[in-house]
Amino acid sequence: MGEIKLMKGNEVLAEAAIRCGCDGYFGYPITPQSEVMETLMAREPWKETGMVVLQAESEVASINMVYGAAATGKKIMTSSSSPGISLMAEGISYLAGAELPCLLVNVQRGGPGLGTIQPSQADYFQAVKGGGHGDYKLIVLAPSSVQEMNDFVDLGFELAFKYRNPAMILADGAIGQMMEKVELADYKPRWTKEEVVEKNGGWATTGKPSSRKKNVITSLEMASNDMEVRNINLQAKYRKMEEEDVRYEAIQCDDAEFILVAFGTAARVCQKAVEVARAKGLKVGLLRPITLFPFPKTIIKELARKAVGFLSVEMSAGQMVEDIKLAVYDAGSNARVNYFGRMGGIIPTPTEVVEALEDKFSWELSYGVKRSY
Amino acid sequence: MDIQDIIKPENLVYQKTKLLTDTPMHYCPGCSHGVVHKILAELIDEMGLQDKSIGVAPVGCAVFAYNYIDIDWQEAAHGRAPAVATGISRVNPDAFVFTYQGDGDLASIGAAEIMHACNRGENILVIFINNGIYGMTGGQMAPTTLEGMVTATTPNGRNVELNGYPMRITNLIAQLPGTSYVTRQSVHTAGGVRKCKKAVKKAIQNVLDKKGTSFVEVVSTCNSGWKLSPVASNKWMEENMIPYYPLGDMKDSVKGEHSEN
Amino acid sequence: MTEEMIIAGFGGQGVLSMGKILAYSGIMEDKEVTWFPSYGPEMRGGTANVTVIVSDTRISSPVLQEYDTAIILNQQSMDKFEKAVKPGGVLLYDPNGIVNPPTRTDINIFKVEATKASVEMGNPKVFNMIVFGSYLKVRPILSLDNVEKGLAKSLPERYHKLIPLNLDAMQKGREIVEEVNVV
Repeated sequence: MGEIKLMKGNEVLAEAAIRCGCDGYFGYPITPQSEVMETLMAREPWKETGMVVLQAESEVASINMVYGAAATGKKIMTSSSSPGISLMAEGISYLAGAELPCLLVNVQRGGPGLGTIQPSQADYFQAVKGGGHGDYKLIVLAPSSVQEMNDFVDLGFELAFKYRNPAMILADGAIGQMMEKVELADYKPRWTKEEVVEKNGGWATTGKPSSRKKNVITSLEMASNDMEVRNINLQAKYRKMEEEDVRYEAIQCDDAEFILVAFGTAARVCQKAVEVARAKGLKVGLLRPITLFPFPKTIIKELARKAVGFLSVEMSAGQMVEDIKLAVYDAGSNARVNYFGRMGGIIPTPTEVVEALEDKFSWELSYGVKRSY
Repeated sequence: MDIQDIIKPENLVYQKTKLLTDTPMHYCPGCSHGVVHKILAELIDEMGLQDKSIGVAPVGCAVFAYNYIDIDWQEAAHGRAPAVATGISRVNPDAFVFTYQGDGDLASIGAAEIMHACNRGENILVIFINNGIYGMTGGQMAPTTLEGMVTATTPNGRNVELNGYPMRITNLIAQLPGTSYVTRQSVHTAGGVRKCKKAVKKAIQNVLDKKGTSFVEVVSTCNSGWKLSPVASNKWMEENMIPYYPLGDMKDSVKGEHSEN
Repeated sequence: MTEEMIIAGFGGQGVLSMGKILAYSGIMEDKEVTWFPSYGPEMRGGTANVTVIVSDTRISSPVLQEYDTAIILNQQSMDKFEKAVKPGGVLLYDPNGIVNPPTRTDINIFKVEATKASVEMGNPKVFNMIVFGSYLKVRPILSLDNVEKGLAKSLPERYHKLIPLNLDAMQKGREIVEEVNVV
């Protein structure tokens, strides 16, 4: 068993980065995730593992530092919160276009604009649909505990390098600021120069030896045909992610007539809501997507064959609900899909969720279950 | 003496460095880029740096620089080359990292990134091509466009009341304690090319010696954008650009030391 | 066992650190713990509160409408959280500065004169540990051994010389806490 500690989600991100052999962190302070860089700077990992930590002049700069460093085949990360991620959107599109593995963290706060520093999930679309220009996808992991903040750093890097694609941990201010018991991973050494070449299959700009052709990291193709081929290859990669790397947790879904669907902090609230609802005799389960892209469509389709209704519970105006509707529609199911959420930095309470469920499915609850096939 | 006698190997007096690829350059005839590429390629070869070099190409006319010099390259987003180079250099402290940027890229959209990279004293070389215009996008105004100069977006000449003043960004760069060697050169004469090469060589050596950021501005022509012949462009540059952007070293020291300008 | 509690008062009263010591003590006893603070500018001098959950099983929502226990250290928090105590739950408060004491009859109310006692002990900084001691008397969910370990874990080593003082303060809290009968 690894070392057990009580840590904030943000602090754990820093600790996990050091322990998983991360080579560099480039960031810019923004509430509610500044503890990530603060922890790193206090830990001085350059003395311990050789990991570089640098405070950039802006998020625009930090994401481009990530680009440069990641293009040399090393494990590189940054973290920010919503407005900062918006500033990074250009760089993220370039990272995706140039197929650079790296780890991005968004500890979301409420928007739009300067918004609030309180937790939110309103960057769902930005994270899973692209966010920057062009057709691209990030691998998006949604932790719902401090332990997952720890675990997803290593997992994020693993998936990023598996697909040569940026991965994002989409957390929120609550998970970032919360302290929980966490089991830390053991230290993994940083990759050696040889390992960097070996693990990456030689695409990285490590300095051109006479034994190979020059490596060029770019997202630019002037010829439309070439650019279309690039896009086709990207899309094929995204389909492969959908086939191989969907992750989710299903809680008490087996006999459930109503499925709550929620990720991150909202999923924690819904876990309690399931308890409350079950105590009232309602057959309610929780589906918690862990990868938001690739989205767990298949399990939703399966559940849609027997569930009466889905309630997407989000700390936003209802974004993920669209993806649930698409999956339910694909399944040819007539299960109803509703949304409940709070905005502006407010976390819904378990009681509110159960009340919303009873309200939105009042017809089904009054007139009995109508199963769909 | 016929041609076969002349091209005998023992008569060889000059050849293209092998680090310049055989890809035909897309630069317009008379453009300074090709000459600066040649200087860089020669120096990387002569100094034995091919396997240590990572270049960062900008958005601008030099966007395809990676097609012409046979080293590892990264293509940066517009203006972000100094941040990209920072990332490379920080996690690869033994690499020779350089950016190659134009005036729109460096002095306009990327002004913040260049200032801060230089201020941190990143161990990188910055080549700054200043031709007073956006060449690639069709000749629009750059921050370095001279007062009264006609461009696609200043069809009646740059009006400083409307557009502000031509920016001598290299002078600002020289003020930053993170820089070690800051100089302004040109390549429109044979003597200029020799001097520029010497300056770039010194700048590279500074980077290898980890003295901080070295910054070489090359006042350049853009005959297509200026709508002049190559010869007339050289003359126009001498008469207009160089008086406003005078050539010479602005700073020669090491990171952390202030110098007189 | 699951204890869902809120500690609420002014920033500077040691609300967050009391919660942290409790959480660390829970870890020493192999429990699951969650410590969820109100964060932001309000932590600088305004009201501060933290939800702490200690449980034998996986913890669900960090956001709650009702609590097993509320530790209330100023009037604003009393106004907000008295009603949030589950029937049969515990409300523990320091009467210092409380103008409107709690009135519910369906909960167990305790008071601890921690402000006064900390002044008497000559060290206002131990205020939160007096409250913490009284809490553990009322709700003995953790062994005192583990609390001592949790205290050592949550304090940086340079402050370990202060552990005996903190333990004394906790003992004081145990002694002076008293049940309040609302009539």
